[in-house]
Amino acid sequence: MALDKNQIAQRIAQEVKDGYYVNLGIGIPTLVANYVRHDIEVEFQSENGVLGMGPFPYEGEEDADIINAGKQTITTLPGASFFDSATSFGMIRGQHVDLTILGAMEVADNGDIANWKIPGKMVKGMGGAMDLVASAENIIVAMMHTNKAGKSKLLSNCSLPLTGVGCVKKIVTNLAVLEVTPDGFLLLERAPGVSIEDVKNATEGRLTIPENVPEMNI
Amino acid sequence: MITKKVDGVQNALQGVKSGMTMMLGGFGLSGIPENAIAELVRLNINELTCISNNAGVDDFGLGLLLQKRQIKKMISSYVGENAEFERQMLSGELDVELIPQGTLAERCRAAQGGFPAFYTPAGYGTEVAEGKETREFNGKMHVLEYAFDADFAFVKAWKGDTAGNLIFKGTARNFNPNMCGAAKITVAEVEELVPPGTLDPNQIHIPGIFVQRIFQGEHYEKRIEQRTVRQKK
Repeated sequence: MALDKNQIAQRIAQEVKDGYYVNLGIGIPTLVANYVRHDIEVEFQSENGVLGMGPFPYEGEEDADIINAGKQTITTLPGASFFDSATSFGMIRGQHVDLTILGAMEVADNGDIANWKIPGKMVKGMGGAMDLVASAENIIVAMMHTNKAGKSKLLSNCSLPLTGVGCVKKIVTNLAVLEVTPDGFLLLERAPGVSIEDVKNATEGRLTIPENVPEMNI
Repeated sequence: MITKKVDGVQNALQGVKSGMTMMLGGFGLSGIPENAIAELVRLNINELTCISNNAGVDDFGLGLLLQKRQIKKMISSYVGENAEFERQMLSGELDVELIPQGTLAERCRAAQGGFPAFYTPAGYGTEVAEGKETREFNGKMHVLEYAFDADFAFVKAWKGDTAGNLIFKGTARNFNPNMCGAAKITVAEVEELVPPGTLDPNQIHIPGIFVQRIFQGEHYEKRIEQRTVRQKK
């Protein structure tokens, strides 16, 4: 069975380690916060200027001056801090943020990523995505393995305008966990009940399949 | 003591003209200079170039200036929440330059701090880097980006004193501090303007030297774009 979005988030949450500062993108990445182990200390950064994000506020306690990068009202946890945008991207560019989790429309087997623009459609902008992918040492992409038409989104070359080059290290999809290596995608794990053949058929880019590919533990 | 206090928004925006380049603070609708935007609408000047992370929504923030076609060009990182913006962009009435958010912030800070340009890895290998100088540092490619050159910066702070010192609140801080002193004239509007000596100098986020004019704003709406809540158990 392929994973749903919550299960993808659940699998990615296993990559979040004690003491990490983590930046979560919009979409599936936001869900990761729900599945991080409770016995570790993690701080979430939102690039509009907050470290130590907490859950959504209780009804009636929303504050227009406290939002996340998705413009949603949020709360802060003890130890939180606010800062300006240049400082925020200094944290990102200076590699002080340990892990960046973001979505993608396409990823290439050399680590290129496209997630901001579809030619012919309204372009909303890259926001902080280009800064994040160009700077972060540790990037995990959360995405569906194929598009709605069943076409692979893990490609030999991105067809869409790029957000960054050679930057993706790890990908968690509804079908598999993969690493980006100099030889292309390396299959690390497959979703429960998903066969190696299924992953192969859904991957257009170069794919290396080791002898033993365990099922994900979720 | 040097005083930066001006009486009201009309005096604060004196000298603003059509064709000028303006920086406007805020992320989404949080921390936007609501009073300055309202006055720009009232002044009915046009052909403006606006440097702002976002372009407001249809009926609030910079959307109010777009409605009256006062903006010629937007320099932003994300503009997805505004249908009129989309219409003007697709019809070619509005020129739009999309740049990475961190680059936008740093181009402000560079202007504030006297750096003509800087190198950043953001956008290397993408269409953002087309036509720009690139250079390798420590085995990694970077793009040369220039400091902004703006006529006015309009910022919003929580508290300020008549010396122009500013304190921001929450994530309404965002681009506001980076834009202070990054244009020829910085106009700060605050929710509460206090006499000098009231604010603790240890707590000042932006020293008054970066601010030319300050006034207490009125009728802050502080609209929430995405109201997200959880239920009490």
